[in-house]
Amino acid sequence: MDLDAKIPEGPIADKWTRHIDEIRLVGPRNRPHYRVIIVGSGLAGASAASSMAAMGYKVDCFCFQDSPRRAHSIAAQGGINAAKNYRNDGDSVHRLFYDTQKGGDYRSREANVWRLAQLSTAIIDQAAAQGVPFAREYGGMLANRSFGGVLVERTFYCRGETGQQLLLGANSALAKEIAAGHVNMHTRTELLDVVVVDGRARGIVVRDLVTGAISSHAADAVVLASGGYTNVFNLSTNARGCNVTATWRAHKRGAGFANPCYVQIHPTAIPAAGEHQSKLTLMSESLRNDGRIWVPKKANDERKPSEIPEEERYYYLEERYPRFGNLVPRDVASRNAKDVCDKGMGVGPTGQGVYLDFRDAISEKGADVIETRYGNLFDMYERIASDNPRKTPMRIYPAPHYAMGGLWVDYNLMTTMPGLFAIGEANFSDHGANRLGASSMMQCLADGYFVIPITIGDYLSRHPAGEIASDHSAFRDAEREVHEKTERLLSIPGNRPVEAFHRELGKLMIDECGISRNAEGLKDALKKIPELRERFWREVRVPGSGEQFNQSLEHAGRLADFLEFAELMCHDALDRDESCGCHFREEHETEDGETLRNDEDFAFVSVWEHQGVGQQPIRHKEPLEFEALPLAQRNYKT
Amino acid sequence: MKFTLEIWRQENGEDAGSFSSHEVDDVSPDTSFLEMLDILNEKLTESGGEPIAFDSDCREGICGMCSLVINGEAHGPKRATTTCQLYMRHFPDGASITVEPWRSGAFPVVRDLAVDRSAFDRIMRAGGYVTVHSGPKPDPNDVPVNPEISEKALDASTCIGCGACVAACPNGAAMLYTAAKVSHLSLLPQGQPERQERVQKMVAQMEEEGFGSCRNYGECEAQCPKSISIDFIGHMNRELLRATVIEPTDLRGEMKTQ
Ligand SMILES: Cc1cc2nc3c(=O)[nH]c(=O)nc-3n(C[C@H](O)[C@H](O)[C@H](O)COP(=O)(O)OP(=O)(O)OC[C@H]3O[C@@H](n4cnc5c(N)ncnc54)[C@H](O)[C@@H]3O)c2cc1C
Ligand code: SF4
Ligand code: FES
Repeated sequence: MDLDAKIPEGPIADKWTRHIDEIRLVGPRNRPHYRVIIVGSGLAGASAASSMAAMGYKVDCFCFQDSPRRAHSIAAQGGINAAKNYRNDGDSVHRLFYDTQKGGDYRSREANVWRLAQLSTAIIDQAAAQGVPFAREYGGMLANRSFGGVLVERTFYCRGETGQQLLLGANSALAKEIAAGHVNMHTRTELLDVVVVDGRARGIVVRDLVTGAISSHAADAVVLASGGYTNVFNLSTNARGCNVTATWRAHKRGAGFANPCYVQIHPTAIPAAGEHQSKLTLMSESLRNDGRIWVPKKANDERKPSEIPEEERYYYLEERYPRFGNLVPRDVASRNAKDVCDKGMGVGPTGQGVYLDFRDAISEKGADVIETRYGNLFDMYERIASDNPRKTPMRIYPAPHYAMGGLWVDYNLMTTMPGLFAIGEANFSDHGANRLGASSMMQCLADGYFVIPITIGDYLSRHPAGEIASDHSAFRDAEREVHEKTERLLSIPGNRPVEAFHRELGKLMIDECGISRNAEGLKDALKKIPELRERFWREVRVPGSGEQFNQSLEHAGRLADFLEFAELMCHDALDRDESCGCHFREEHETEDGETLRNDEDFAFVSVWEHQGVGQQPIRHKEPLEFEALPLAQRNYKT
Repeated sequence: MKFTLEIWRQENGEDAGSFSSHEVDDVSPDTSFLEMLDILNEKLTESGGEPIAFDSDCREGICGMCSLVINGEAHGPKRATTTCQLYMRHFPDGASITVEPWRSGAFPVVRDLAVDRSAFDRIMRAGGYVTVHSGPKPDPNDVPVNPEISEKALDASTCIGCGACVAACPNGAAMLYTAAKVSHLSLLPQGQPERQERVQKMVAQMEEEGFGSCRNYGECEAQCPKSISIDFIGHMNRELLRATVIEPTDLRGEMKTQ
């Protein structure tokens, strides 16, 4: 597997500009001859599709929802980072780079992270120009809020719906290109295979979710912007439809999968209530700016929060991490929540919860101020938990949230398969072993607006346009396999619904490959996953036919992929015999219970090569170099 | 809790469709409405039946995918709430509940409770954008925006494109949706250059899609899960009037992409 990341030479601050100067481009006259497929219409997909179409490329864009606007990015709440230094509090490209590297526990590629920090400011400019109504101060200037894990205020936001507004911005640009005939938008259409000819990605096979028709689309390059795989845990903060299908099927066709075990468990979600719960609702991390997190000092304390006097409250983050307090990075906050709950101090009916309290913020800053900041989040909480956080503390608990792992990409965002690119959450990205808040949208939009529209030219310019059409035999073969798989799912004579298996897989994964992991548990999971997969293929019932709108069939196909992918996640978690960021191996912790990295043996990206379902995959390494920022132990205590 | 459900079943767009009756038992009050349907669907699957098709994705009230008419009201009885945010504790135990898809000629049924809302996307494509390409842009602080205006624009653009306003309107009008989209951009400085032509094109597309006309019933605002204000309809009407009295400004023509 060729893992040359193609990082440009020169000092880190000059790499990107130098790269643009040096790479090959496709000229405006030639662009209309090239057809590019983009799978996904979230922040990454919509920004890439609209930017490339406006440059002149012919774009086909796909999503499984009924409208591109409904991609999961719409749900992002808190905000987006940019090193604007509007607050004059010492922010800079270097500081954003530093925060991201440190937050990711030194497991990302420096050159990419620097580029991300560098491009962050242009994203805000782009979005504002599209009419994204960012929060403004009285004088009309953009407002900022702070987010976990950093010492500056650099987060831009639109109330609690920043994702929706940024996606509507990107989608409006996409709408314009669709209207102009430059983008062909395929909604309710799902990618089911990537077609490879002579080692290069040449197109995809899709299913029309309304009619069930299976068809092929050829292109000169394929870009996957299909989001993350966190629904492997069944219960997560992700939308129900989020899946690993696109990236997994690309992986099975040869694209290397990087760091699958890095998954972020977000510290502030509403705790699960019952067995049939379908998702966990995130409460924006921005709440930690004003809310104080605590549990009763006494284990199994049954009193109401209001009855617990101040001295009997354990503000564990403030006590354990005086400098960052409630704003420690997400992994640290999640692990500490699990820790106090494991010690019996958890609150709520299941004991899996901690308080997030606004009492002091309301008395210090005034109810009005807190209301404008979090009013809609309070309403959201009240609706779900039927408690009013203005009067009584919220209950929160960590929930699987974001996939740092994904398809391996080089500096041009191309996977190990020539012609196949991955952007946004679908790639292994710039967040190392842990992502800082408000930085995913930044990465999705940097990839889509500013990186891929240029770097894809370097690949396309080396190949003539339209070499292969969708009547090539490789497409027929892939279509046949898709048909066969569909038929197989529909003909299983079982009686258990798909959801039942998804719940089983989720439970197994959260127990053995969740907030903390150990070798024994992972080995056990590696035994149980294939058994579960076999039972699925024997006992599931997928009603209906393949020639109609069939949501059970959609879910079954996605779960079948998760059941294969889960194994890879556990292999990776077992193989990485260190703790770093969100990957907390119980065997490796410092005396204070922090992650204990092993830089000597593990300062690399793990890139996996598929060897067949159920076969031990091969792990390759991309060594990480630390030139701009020397390795250091992460410390949020002092 | 126990419920009797009268649910609309329809194989596909051509099928006539009819109600079918289902019982669900043992539902916890903290179950969401869609989770209750999930439970029913699992039971149907286990007993050899066909689950009920309905749309949903985020399940937290922001993607706009869920779309059920419950007891005759779009998104059910609770104000300012999407179907996915509705909990069974909002219904009396033992209640009988009817569940239907959005009813509108412009939103054909895909299957059972799922409908095709692509008409909304076509309205956006007609002009719901600011023409900007990706690339260097001025610093947003060079164009100060009064926070009140910005917040008002956000009040409009908070619309999730669910279509409840259409389903709620006795006349099947899409005025609230279109008005929200038009108002968002017309309020902001970035939306000014294309202001006249945007409102004209979007309204024309709305009419072409076959939505009904506005008769001021006000049901759209009442059933909108984001409480989009009906004042925006007035705003859009003024925009439209203004656009027709101002001399056409088609001097620059359509910006041509290279
Ligand atoms: C509740 C929540 C809050 C968040 N808040 C923040 C925040 O405040 N700040 C921040 O920076 N980040 C936040 N994030 C993270 C961020 O929203 C996501 O990481 C990001 O939006 C992912 O965007 P994307 O474009 O990569 O993918 P997505 O938005 O997930 O889009 C995926 C697209 O791919 C399509 N697709 C997927 N599979 C297929 C297939 N097989 N065939 C066809 N199409 C397919 C889908 O239809 C969709 O269009 C949050 C995440 C969640 C869950
Ligand atoms: S105006 Fe309200 S009801 Fe209509 S689409 Fe928007 S959010 Fe839905
Ligand atoms: S499922 Fe997204 S709004 Fe209801």
